[in-house]
Amino acid sequence: MAKLKKKLNGLRRSPKSLIAVLFAGLLVVGSGYTAVNAAVSPDRQTVRSESQIQYGKKLFLANCASCHGRNAEGRELIAPSLIGVGEAAVDFQVSTGRMPGAASGPQLQVKPVQFTEEQISAMAAYVGSLADGPAIPDQAYLQANGDPTKGGELFRINCAMCHNAAGKGGALTEGKYAPGLMGSSAKTIYEAMITGPQNMPVFNDANITPEEKNDIITYLTYLQENSSVGGDDLGGLGPVTEGLLAWFGMLGLIIAITVWLGAKSN
Amino acid sequence: MSNATTSKKKNGFLAGTATYVDDRLGVGGVLKEFGRKIFPDHWSFMLGEVALYSFLVLLLSGTFLTFFFQPSMTQVVYDGVYAPLKGAHMSIAYASSLDITFEVRGGLLMRQVHHWSALLFVAAAGLHMLRVFFTGAFRKPRELNWVVGFVLFVLGMAAGFTGYSLPDDLLSGNGLRIIDGMIKGIPWIGTWVSTLLFGGEFPGHAIVGRLYSLHIMLVPALILVFLAIHLVMLVVHKHTHYSGPGRKDTNVVGYPLMPVYVAKAGGFFFIVFGVIMLISSFFTINPIWNYGGYDPSPVSAGTQPDWYIGWLDGALRLAPTGIEFMIGDNTVSMNILLPLVVSLVFLALVALYPFFENWVTGDKREHHVLDRPRNAPVRTAIGAAGVTFYAVLWAGASTDLIATSFKMSLNQVLLAMQISLIILPFVAFIVTKRICLSLQRKDREIALHGRESGRIVRLPHGEYIEVHEPLESHDLYKLVAYKEYEPTLPRPNAKGKITLSARLRSRISRFYFQDRISPATQTEIDENAHHAHELEEQVQKAIESSK
Repeated sequence: MAKLKKKLNGLRRSPKSLIAVLFAGLLVVGSGYTAVNAAVSPDRQTVRSESQIQYGKKLFLANCASCHGRNAEGRELIAPSLIGVGEAAVDFQVSTGRMPGAASGPQLQVKPVQFTEEQISAMAAYVGSLADGPAIPDQAYLQANGDPTKGGELFRINCAMCHNAAGKGGALTEGKYAPGLMGSSAKTIYEAMITGPQNMPVFNDANITPEEKNDIITYLTYLQENSSVGGDDLGGLGPVTEGLLAWFGMLGLIIAITVWLGAKSN
Repeated sequence: MSNATTSKKKNGFLAGTATYVDDRLGVGGVLKEFGRKIFPDHWSFMLGEVALYSFLVLLLSGTFLTFFFQPSMTQVVYDGVYAPLKGAHMSIAYASSLDITFEVRGGLLMRQVHHWSALLFVAAAGLHMLRVFFTGAFRKPRELNWVVGFVLFVLGMAAGFTGYSLPDDLLSGNGLRIIDGMIKGIPWIGTWVSTLLFGGEFPGHAIVGRLYSLHIMLVPALILVFLAIHLVMLVVHKHTHYSGPGRKDTNVVGYPLMPVYVAKAGGFFFIVFGVIMLISSFFTINPIWNYGGYDPSPVSAGTQPDWYIGWLDGALRLAPTGIEFMIGDNTVSMNILLPLVVSLVFLALVALYPFFENWVTGDKREHHVLDRPRNAPVRTAIGAAGVTFYAVLWAGASTDLIATSFKMSLNQVLLAMQISLIILPFVAFIVTKRICLSLQRKDREIALHGRESGRIVRLPHGEYIEVHEPLESHDLYKLVAYKEYEPTLPRPNAKGKITLSARLRSRISRFYFQDRISPATQTEIDENAHHAHELEEQVQKAIESSK
């Protein structure tokens, strides 16, 4: 036993073992990193091919660089830097038609989409290649198959103060506003949460987990797919439109009838 | 009916029934009096009726809802059919409201009927008040009935607000929190009042039960009592009527309640009921399932109260900020107190207006013929200013929706409303007064010179004239039959002294009646008719000579 110990001690002190340990360490860390990285975003490598990035860069230079700068570094008071905003931000802004922006104003407006899906993902790949940022969400969290009750609760606590409890949108200061969500796709909603476009705060995965984001999407999808059980929802704007209908619809109709009844006797 | 036919009374069914009841209860006179109450025909006299009928619909639908509603704030886990709330923690009040909506047969329709008729009730009552105001129907002997009507309007708002908070959903909870904040904003006593009302810190576990007691017992009972007083006074005072030939302050021209108006009003009840059912069937109101149960942490964007509380919400929104100050250790929150005081003063002015106008005119006569609004220019202008003030406050409650719907800046909308609240009532006053005076002038012109006939005639010496046709006396009556008030002079009292109040009264009287158009007198009309006759003869001569 003592003999074996002595032999091992000798091996440990030889310079050859240092090389072996270094090699083994690098092997474990390197392959481990690759494995983990692949597990986190399995499609990122496949999405971002070199040719796609080049195509995206070309589109970027032609359509975006005038404001965001030739290297996406941004221009003060005109447009923010896009380094590190991630593919999700590009996909959100361009696929909803907000970008390219038509005019400066309190807020970018939703417009008809200017690019094809292929072009949008090329630009996203280019911006994504500049620095790491929120990636395009995994399809697994966009299926609207979560828990609508929990989603509703999360929505009311985190989103309703701007987007309204029924997701109809609301006003912010100085001409800005939170848009209604009744026409938003699952992907757009998810991307908005992780990128925080315009006035919206970022809800990262530590704040609201991907599963919880799926719950919120499930809740909103339910609202989108199920119209009001009580008849026309009057735009879902609550007591204001209800009051207008009460005055001008109901009372107006009744007054028309009273005038008719009064006229009959003459 | 059989009683009337078997006893073969000459006076018919009404007298027969009156006799039957009178023999047993001794109140036949009252019944007869009520049955012979005369109603004139005019559409604007039916607005109060609309309010009355929507109140009946409220009682019917409300009773249905009490069968299923449970006013408890105990927490339960929802296990009903509405998927996006299944498994959520909520109060029993909210859960039972959801059950009424989704599981009780006809429950959602009844909820919508109840809510829509509540909106209609207050709206019709408000419009009825405006009709009474602008036609001067509040004048002697009806000043007290105006006050009773005013109390009914305020009770309507109270009934609405207590009911609005019962389902314990997020939207109404946000509204309740605003009320809590307003109460707490009253210096010194606010916190105590809030604690007593909510049974501890907001929201507590008591408020829904307490509001329920008020909503289904106290407030409707008070409404019924004041409604009864309102209707008895209506019979005692007799009905007012618009001016016309044969219509005087000493009579009423119309049809009796029995049998004509019982049939008409009965039919009209079903029309109002029908309209309410129609709207309730096709339009959602207060979709509580969208809002979720109340939880003090979330607040929804676009939170508004029902329309009749809107003007108070607007007052809060339009109040300037940064005007609070400290007295000792207490912050006096002027941004809450100012709107509170302004609203209360506004309500007090509405309630007391008849007494004020009576003091100014010093008119002790009874008035049963209504004013045309144009014939009381300053009153009409004051009314228009009040309506404008109310309307701006009301619109103020939806600043956020105005901003998003019309793509404007919320801050600028708010500023524009603040300016409008001060400026527009004055603009409305001046414009309305001018329009009234112009209309009076036009009336006078038509009364004196007749209606433009469109007939152009050339006289022999080349002059062209348009022939005016004199009015039928029936049409003329409406244009000239109104009382003209003149500004009063300050008179010395018994001690021979001109008091400050007498001077003030004289000043206000001048403000009211300085600018006025006198109605055309009979002498003026005769004189003009003579001229017209001479002209007509000239025209006839001209026509004959040209043949």
